[in-house]
Formats: sequence, C-alpha cells, structure tokens
Amino acid sequence: MSDYGVVLFHTTSEAFAAEKALRKAELECRLIPTPRHLSSDCGVAAEVNWDHIDTVRNILETAGIDAEGIYKL
Amino acid sequence: MIYLDHPATSWPKPPEVIRAIVEFLEVNGGNPGRSGHSLSVAAGRIVYETREAIARFFNAPDPLRVILTHNATHALNIALQGILKPGDVVVTTSIEHNSVMRPLRTLEKRGVDLRIVPCDATGTIDTESYCCALNLKPRLVVITHASNVVGRIMPIDRLAGLAHEVGALVLVDAAQTCGVVPIDVQTMGIDLLAFTGHKGLQGPPGTGGLVIGRGVASEDIEPFICGGTGSNSAVEEQPLMLPDKLEGGTLNGPGIAGLGAAVKWIEERGLETVKAHHDELISQLVSGLADTPGVTIYGPQPGESRVPLVSFTIEGKTVSDVGLRLDRDFGILCRVGLHCAPAAHRTLGTFSEGTIRFGVGPMTTRNEVEQALSAVARIARE
Repeated sequence: MSDYGVVLFHTTSEAFAAEKALRKAELECRLIPTPRHLSSDCGVAAEVNWDHIDTVRNILETAGIDAEGIYKL
Repeated sequence: MIYLDHPATSWPKPPEVIRAIVEFLEVNGGNPGRSGHSLSVAAGRIVYETREAIARFFNAPDPLRVILTHNATHALNIALQGILKPGDVVVTTSIEHNSVMRPLRTLEKRGVDLRIVPCDATGTIDTESYCCALNLKPRLVVITHASNVVGRIMPIDRLAGLAHEVGALVLVDAAQTCGVVPIDVQTMGIDLLAFTGHKGLQGPPGTGGLVIGRGVASEDIEPFICGGTGSNSAVEEQPLMLPDKLEGGTLNGPGIAGLGAAVKWIEERGLETVKAHHDELISQLVSGLADTPGVTIYGPQPGESRVPLVSFTIEGKTVSDVGLRLDRDFGILCRVGLHCAPAAHRTLGTFSEGTIRFGVGPMTTRNEVEQALSAVARIARE
C-alpha cells in the first residue's frame, strides 16, 4: 500500500485551486480536514499519494500555489 | 407585465441560476471550506468555481484576487475605505452613484482630499479638468464605467492610462456594465473592478465582488470587516493573504452558486450576442422616445453608444405620476426619481425632480419595447 502525504495551504481557496490543478493532471487528491497534529491553520488540506509527491510539488509551483507545508503521513 | 427596471436589478433570472441556488441549499449546504467535511468541501468547490468564472470573464490575473462581496457597494467600500488615508487625494467624476459618493464624502470628513471632475450635461467627462486633478498626484481615481442615470460608457482605458502616468490606482464601478459591455481588466488598465452580480450578470441579489489587479498589493488594502476565514484559525489577527484578508465571515454560498451559474449562462450565449440584443432594443427605445412629442432624453442621443438604459422626462408630467401610471395602467415597471445618484442628476440638470428610467435586458422583446413606447406617447398626449 502506498503512503499518503498531506499538503497544507495558507487559504482554503488555495486548497481548491490545488485540487483542481492536481485533478487536471490526473493525480489523486482528496480534500480533508487539516490533521490537528500538523497545523491549526487552514481548515482544509489535500491528501495526495506520496509516490507522486515530486510531481505534486511541480504542479503546485506551476499553478503559483504556495503550499504552507507538505508532510508524509 | 413589462419589466424595464433591469438597471436596478435584472428579472426574471435564468432558470439555471435559480436551479444552482436551490441545489446549493438542498445538496451542498456546508460552510464553504471551513470544516473539511464532504459538504463543506463541496460548497467550497462551488465558491472556487465561481471565482474562476469571474476571473475568466473579466480576464483577472488570478481567481484568488477575486474578492466575493454582497454587492458592488460593498466592493467599492472595501477599496475606498481600505486604500485611502487622511491626506490622500482621490479623484472622481460628477456623475457617480451614491455607492461611490457616500463613502467618499465620509472619507472627506476624515481628511481625504476629494476632487470631483465635472461632466457636461450629456455625461461626457471634461478631460482638461481631469488632467488638472491628476496633477495633484492622487492615490486613487474612481470612475463609473457607465452612469446608472446617463448610460454613457466612459473611456476607461484612456482615463486609466492618464491616471497611471501620475502613479494613481484606478478603481472602476462596473455596476451597470458587468455582463453588458466586455471588460478586460488587464488591457483596460483597471487596478480594481467593483461589480455586482444581480444586474447585467443575471445573478441573485446579495452577490458581487472586487477584482484586484497585480498592481495592487494585499498590504495596500486595510480590511474594514475582519473575522473568521477558515484559515490561520490560531491567530486573532486578520490573515494577510487574499482573498481571506478581505472576506471575513461566512460567504453567501447559495448566492455565489447562482452567480457562478449566471456567468456561465452569459458565456454560453456569448456576451457579444447578449450585447447585440441589448443594442438593438435600446436603439429602438431611444429612437422611439426621441420621436415622441413632449419627451426629453438625457445623456447620449440616438445613434450614440450607451449601456441599455435611458433617462427621460415628459413635459408637464411629474416623474412619480408617470411611474405610477405606467405600472397601474400599462403594467410597465421602471424606476423614476433620483436613482440614488444626486450628483448625476445635478450634472444633467434634472435635480431634484429626477427622470424616468427604462432599461432592457436579455429577456426583453421588441414587442415589449413597442408597447412601452405607445404607453409613453399616450401619457405625453394627455
């Protein structure tokens, strides 16, 4: 089973922008409540497949989305 | 019933808009992006899609620079009260709506230096006076894209170019032009665009927004409404990121869903098609009124370009009496009086009586315009 990563954002709008960009690239992305042990900031985070984390980083960067942090679960 | 009050609010709304509102309430009713559960995410997705639709429609640089508000007035206040500080010079025109004039008069009392550039009785701005005002190095220029009384379309790109030469930011009030006239914030040089959802865009009341261009930094605008955003929840200070900085409090989810559907409705028909329909009907209306004995038309005359509204008076008749008769005896709904724009009426010379205003929309027909013209002719003859 592959590991999951969680992407945190500064605003919820960025979470939705990220979801859109990742899905367009046919990458797995699920919006979830931000795990409390990672942050108390933005209410929504993106759960992604850790195997594709480098692609995820690239896509977010290209889309101009500044992730607050990326963590392996 | 013949509805000619589109400049106040468009009606009826497209069925797609109504369906989107109902669906939001029935199916996706979570608080957009606050909680992270499936309904909150579904609602947040709809809000984000509306931001994207608005950004595309006005060629905004980034959906995150679309601030969703309750109306154009709210958006104008975010910009005016958020940017102007005591000692700043602000330039505007003599045909503005109270949505601009009232915040400016309030700011004037707090020490902002307000300069009002005159327009002539046809609603044309005096370019020489405008350039003189720009010599005062204003922080901001705020101009209506088209007055809700006069209907003349202002040369925004030219006025914005002149304002940028002196380093001023340009705020445009697009209440009467959004969804009616093509707007490209980047090519027209608009730094801040205030729009409403419920007029030309065909969305529901309680929606609108402020599009913020790249030339305006988040730090340039101080929020006058602060509150929860779903982000930075551990911090008691307002977040600095857009759109959250200027969107404290729960958004109008159902309205925003309707607004998104409305923008798509216009995009599917094509703004040019909608505009061609408006142009045909308003030209029929203006020519017909011009040919009616006793009727005086204000602003652009037949053949001149305008948004789909016209202000007129009938010799010897009080505008409120005409409004009442049109409604009661002919089933024609319009707005008479000062239209929340005393400055514009002073400019036209129609203060304090006001005018009768007719406006057409995407659902208005040639036959309805014909009936309205006959009714006006009949009232004028009596």
